[in-house]
Amino acid sequence: MIAVIGLVVGVVLGLFLTPDVPLSMEPYLPIAVVAALDAVFGAFRAFLDGIFDDKVFVISFISNVLIAAVIVFLGDKLGVGAQLSTGVVVVLGIRIFSNAAAIRRHLFHA
Amino acid sequence: MPDTPPSGLDRLRRAFLSPSRGQAVVAVLVGLLAFAAVTQARLTGKDDTYAGLRQAELIQALNGLQSASRKAERDISDLETTRDSLRNSSQRRTTALEQARKEVRTLSVLAGTVPATGPGVRVTVQDPKGDLSLNHLLDGIEELRNAGVEAIEINDRVRVIAQTSFEDGPGGVRVDGVALKPPYVIDAIGNADTLAGALQFQGGFSDDVKMESGSVTVKKSDKITIKVTRTPAKPRYAEAVPGQ
Repeated sequence: MIAVIGLVVGVVLGLFLTPDVPLSMEPYLPIAVVAALDAVFGAFRAFLDGIFDDKVFVISFISNVLIAAVIVFLGDKLGVGAQLSTGVVVVLGIRIFSNAAAIRRHLFHA
Repeated sequence: MPDTPPSGLDRLRRAFLSPSRGQAVVAVLVGLLAFAAVTQARLTGKDDTYAGLRQAELIQALNGLQSASRKAERDISDLETTRDSLRNSSQRRTTALEQARKEVRTLSVLAGTVPATGPGVRVTVQDPKGDLSLNHLLDGIEELRNAGVEAIEINDRVRVIAQTSFEDGPGGVRVDGVALKPPYVIDAIGNADTLAGALQFQGGFSDDVKMESGSVTVKKSDKITIKVTRTPAKPRYAEAVPGQ
């Protein structure tokens, strides 16, 4: 319940504050969002499995975001930033899909 | 439900109804995610296409733009060349057309197909006794031609051109088949002084006519108007040499 409220509040804040992203952060934000999405889907799946732990969720969320950012940063430094961010998005996308499949099985038994 | 472990849906239902500390943390993080996602979506939707691009991508974009602009410049120069050549050819055509029109005007006057006006002389030949022969009249015309006459008309009825025929007629002459009787009034356009001199020199046309008891009056004028025209006859045998 509170999580849904948090989601709504975040969307509303983002819409009304229209924050400016610092130029140095711009390449990392999309990757960070995808990584966080993956963490949220993983947590939801764990919750439905009955093994959810809020500490694990917080750590996985933050580490996911950080690792994604670091990978993109490293890629930029090595000159393969575009390719590495594509790779990160692909991997996270696959994880999101598999998590979504598990969630679907739990909720709809299908 | 002590026997079976609670299903996912049951847990979801219970969590919805009983908030906990852990849910607050989740709410904060999910809110953060939503915030970031909305921000990013707004950023992507913005107009400045090149902000946030990496160096390599910028270089690629720049290369693309450069090649596009090179292509556009080539197109421009091609089109300009075409335009110049078209303009040249149309100018040449206009000049040629103007030239041709001028020539047509000149030739029409000489061929007698258009009325003409200009300085010249009006020659009146009186022949009260009818002694004047055709040759006298022809001599007069020839003198005028030698003096560079450009258009001749007799009695306001016949235009004299290169092909004009002269023959004796009843009580006068026939010029191009038109019977004329004295007095003959010859309108001639050309240099008035030269034309008058050509008729009046010692032993010339005027003196000849006087010997046949006729008389000649030459009146110079700044404006002689010749109204009679002829329809041009298409040559039956002579053809223009092509390419001349």
